[in-house]
Amino acid sequence: MAGVSQGMQKRGALLRALLADPRHYQIIVLSSLILLGTFHFAFQLPWWHVVACVGSTVGTQAIADKVVGRKFDARSPLISALSLTLLLRTGSVTLSIAAGILAIGSKYVLRWKGKHIFNPANFGLVILSLFFTGAWISPGQWGTAPIFAVFLLGMGGVVTGKAKRWDVSLALLASYAALIFGRALWLGDPLTIPVHQLQSGALLIFAFFMISDPKTTPDARLGRVLYAMMVATLGFTIQFAFYNAAGIILALILTAPIVPFIDRFIPAGRYHWPKFTITPKGVSHETV
Amino acid sequence: MKQFKYLLSSAIALTALTAAPSASAFCGFYVAKADTELFNQSSKVALVRDGDRTVITMANDYIGDPTEFAMVIPVPTVITKEQVHISDASLLDHLDAYTAPRLVEYFDRNPCERLYMEKQMRTMSADAPSASVEMMEDEAAELGVTIEESFSVGEYDILILSAKESDGLQTWLETNGYKVPAKAKKTLGSYIKQDMKFFVAKVNLEEKAKQGGEMLRPIAVAYESPKFMLPIRLGTVNAQGDQDLFVYTLTKNGKVETTNYRTQKIPSNKELPIFIKDDFGDFYRDMYKTAANREGGHGVFMEYAWDMNWCDPCAADPLSNEQLRELGVFWLDEERPDRPMPMPRRIRPKQMAKNVYVTRLHVRYDAESFPEDLKFKQTGDRQNFQGRYILRHAYDGEMDCPEAEKYKEQVNARKEMEIKTLANLTGWETKYIRTKIKASGKGELFDLDKPKKKVDWWNKIWPGDED
Repeated sequence: MAGVSQGMQKRGALLRALLADPRHYQIIVLSSLILLGTFHFAFQLPWWHVVACVGSTVGTQAIADKVVGRKFDARSPLISALSLTLLLRTGSVTLSIAAGILAIGSKYVLRWKGKHIFNPANFGLVILSLFFTGAWISPGQWGTAPIFAVFLLGMGGVVTGKAKRWDVSLALLASYAALIFGRALWLGDPLTIPVHQLQSGALLIFAFFMISDPKTTPDARLGRVLYAMMVATLGFTIQFAFYNAAGIILALILTAPIVPFIDRFIPAGRYHWPKFTITPKGVSHETV
Repeated sequence: MKQFKYLLSSAIALTALTAAPSASAFCGFYVAKADTELFNQSSKVALVRDGDRTVITMANDYIGDPTEFAMVIPVPTVITKEQVHISDASLLDHLDAYTAPRLVEYFDRNPCERLYMEKQMRTMSADAPSASVEMMEDEAAELGVTIEESFSVGEYDILILSAKESDGLQTWLETNGYKVPAKAKKTLGSYIKQDMKFFVAKVNLEEKAKQGGEMLRPIAVAYESPKFMLPIRLGTVNAQGDQDLFVYTLTKNGKVETTNYRTQKIPSNKELPIFIKDDFGDFYRDMYKTAANREGGHGVFMEYAWDMNWCDPCAADPLSNEQLRELGVFWLDEERPDRPMPMPRRIRPKQMAKNVYVTRLHVRYDAESFPEDLKFKQTGDRQNFQGRYILRHAYDGEMDCPEAEKYKEQVNARKEMEIKTLANLTGWETKYIRTKIKASGKGELFDLDKPKKKVDWWNKIWPGDED
């Protein structure tokens, strides 16, 4: 009997430990969105593209970790691959693989003071869509129904504390919404227009699952909120003054080099992913 | 009073043209197409775009007193006389026919002659403006309206207006005989603030008389702007019910999609009962409606996306270089010199013969579900797509072999499936479909010698229970 309850305790602890890492929540949500998109919304997303993209990010990470002598962890590259799969459209597997390699490669090459500069998935996404006609971002690929799902899942993360950088997500959405509603009021447009514009699947996925990456956002909360406002303003400008529908995604890559400066003026402790060790005695949880 | 119209609409009865089937084709024998005439209140626009260069051709299907005709279209830049061209309606008709959803048919072989291979293609893969221009200009200036350009082309008198505020513009339009719905004022104001100009056209009756004929010809406008969009908001202000818009884009790289609405593919490659041959128009209209209803009644549907060099099967021949140039495809001359195009009904791709990719988008919208203008984006997607519907004729000759029974069973199962597919696509009742099949006398089920009941293992345990 004692053995059974001990086993159950261990399993409960394991489950809690699994959910304690925000990356696990993200992996589950992003995978669900890919499944939803593929099966319900008929995205042109062959399964081998997903496999190729995951393979290239995880592979690149494994090789790079070996080179720099760091312990390999497949979770971050997996998240990058899932984000890339959700946002980058291409008919070519080669470009999918290239996106993965570029994304993870940037983490190891473009660094400043021990922190990588660009959000890996964002980097791969922008480089591919800017330089190859065979790859593009499809901001209109989500209808209005799944938008609700994305919003719910994103908010779910915020409420349960699974999104460690929920302040960035909310600051971004709030400032972007303010700009869009402001524009509509200035133009005298009906408010259905800004509401429709906020229902962009790409925007919500970006807000909850891309910009919220703890590794590439400023360390301090004030810095993060300021940063989110900056990204929203630039994204809004690119979309409405330069007529590029993927404005917000471009804004992130353009503002990323500012993060080290924000960190310098508003310093705070660096974020580390939680670490777990599972021993016969149970699960120990330490945040390094 | 002149009628205020945005893109033009018409009410034309339904016809589905039928052409004679041709020699064997990989994607089936072409039977019929569903062209835009099926849809009442529809507008047709061709958009040629590469970089910031755009040529828009708007079909004019206005029928009625030419003095009543007037249109107001927001445009991103000032347009001069050289940028406007009067096009030929047959061009858009041809483009419509080439890209229309199509019905194809296959004929089963005698199952007794050789083993029937279930192989079916799944993937395809006047420089005399009216005398009062000066007066008009003065009056306009007082209202904050500037007449940027004033010219006549063909049967149209055209003005390009810019305005400082919507009140003035509306007053100017009204005093000059354009009936503007009151609700349009806000929309006009929004366009003014977005630095849009207004392309305003009326019919020049003298020129029209010289021209002769009933129809007004399409207007083509060339301009350069980063805005790849189509203004639909003015058109929805006063519209009752839904509107259908067909956008044919011609681009260099690949498919065009909307960025602020979801572009989805129309259901395609579906096998249907044979009687659809005579009812293809009805079928397509109801299928489109059902597909749109699943999205709340409105949506952007891709009906065709193909390399302009070929088609399979062809609902009409691809457009010639002459026709494409007339529509504004300005990059053709950059390519290799034109070779004479053979025109069989099915044309194989020629390596880079012309670098033109056509996308046909069928948009059904109203003000509520489409509050924003349509914004487009060219993608790198060159995967061909067509709305294609399939009829499979069962072999109806003498069959005298053991395989025949099995073949007939398969055909019957297939026919049942087709009925389900049709019911699902159109929302028609299966009862109605069965009546139609019977009435047409085509594609009925085979009478099998003895209706075989499927014997399950439990039937064998208690054989006596069967009755």
